[in-house]
Amino acid sequence: MENMGSLEMAKAIIMGGCAIGAGLALIAGIGPGIGEGYAVGKACEAIGRQPECKGSVTSTMILGCAISETTGIYGFVTGLLLIFLAPNIFLGKL
Amino acid sequence: MDISINGARVYFEIPVFGGIPVTATQVNSILVILLITSLCIWLTHDLKVRPTTKRQIVAEWLVEKVTGLVDSNMGVQFRSFVPLVAAILSLSACSSLLALLGMYAPTADLNTVLGWALLVFALITYYKIKTNGFGGYLKSFTTPIVVFTPFNILGEISTPVSMAFRHFGNVVSGSVISALVYAALAALSNLVFGWLPGLLGKIPFLQVGIPAVLSVYFDVFSSCIQAFIFAMLTMLYIASAATPEEE
Repeated sequence: MENMGSLEMAKAIIMGGCAIGAGLALIAGIGPGIGEGYAVGKACEAIGRQPECKGSVTSTMILGCAISETTGIYGFVTGLLLIFLAPNIFLGKL
Repeated sequence: MDISINGARVYFEIPVFGGIPVTATQVNSILVILLITSLCIWLTHDLKVRPTTKRQIVAEWLVEKVTGLVDSNMGVQFRSFVPLVAAILSLSACSSLLALLGMYAPTADLNTVLGWALLVFALITYYKIKTNGFGGYLKSFTTPIVVFTPFNILGEISTPVSMAFRHFGNVVSGSVISALVYAALAALSNLVFGWLPGLLGKIPFLQVGIPAVLSVYFDVFSSCIQAFIFAMLTMLYIASAATPEEE
């Protein structure tokens, strides 16, 4: 560390910060996971109660799951931006 | 082990306005458009009142399905949206399924889906203004009270953004996970079969077959679901914009 210039140090901090941020952004995956699991559980209950409307329950569930997945996707996109875009932007400013 | 996850490759630049790049996205989009157009022309040439060919039955089935979808989600008075919905469905599904051929999927580029989402957003705004009048459109931002105006504007902007990012994120996450699993399988098979003599030890046996299972989920299932959801949201948003608010 002693022979590391301050510029190298700054670069290292930027890269490390971006990587940690990308990892933290993927915590957003917890929410959709719980929500979708709950939705699927409810759909199973509904099918168990009324097996004749299996088709419409399943299609509505898949649509709802895909929409509630959005927040997780936001986290993923943020992670992608932090890995592929942010280091170049911040390193350019040095 | 090298993993490369890249955006669309830039083929060449048109030297006007400081260089407009022509990327794999544009080339593949044009390919998809040509494919769908030629498919439509092939399916619909010399139609008869009483269908005699399987081709015409397939064409009629497709049109009936999309019409039924629009009727059940928007209502019969929105029959004029059937071509738009069919176009969105076929473009999105075919673009994403292009990844099966190993080509760059145009929907894995944010620009493509953001373009579609902005088109839908323009339609939504047009129908809101058409049904409520321009004053009514501006007034709808201050409901229920004036304090909510910033939140209403944010909500309005988030419609196209969330539509675009949902589609883009799903397609890209599939390709990123596929690339990671592919690289991991190469490393794993090097670890397991690396002791085999000569060239036999260099063949990544574990890469055979396993990525195909992932591809069925990420490419086939996810592509079709996302196309369906994009079309569904388009229909629901436009239908709710074109219906006058009851107060």
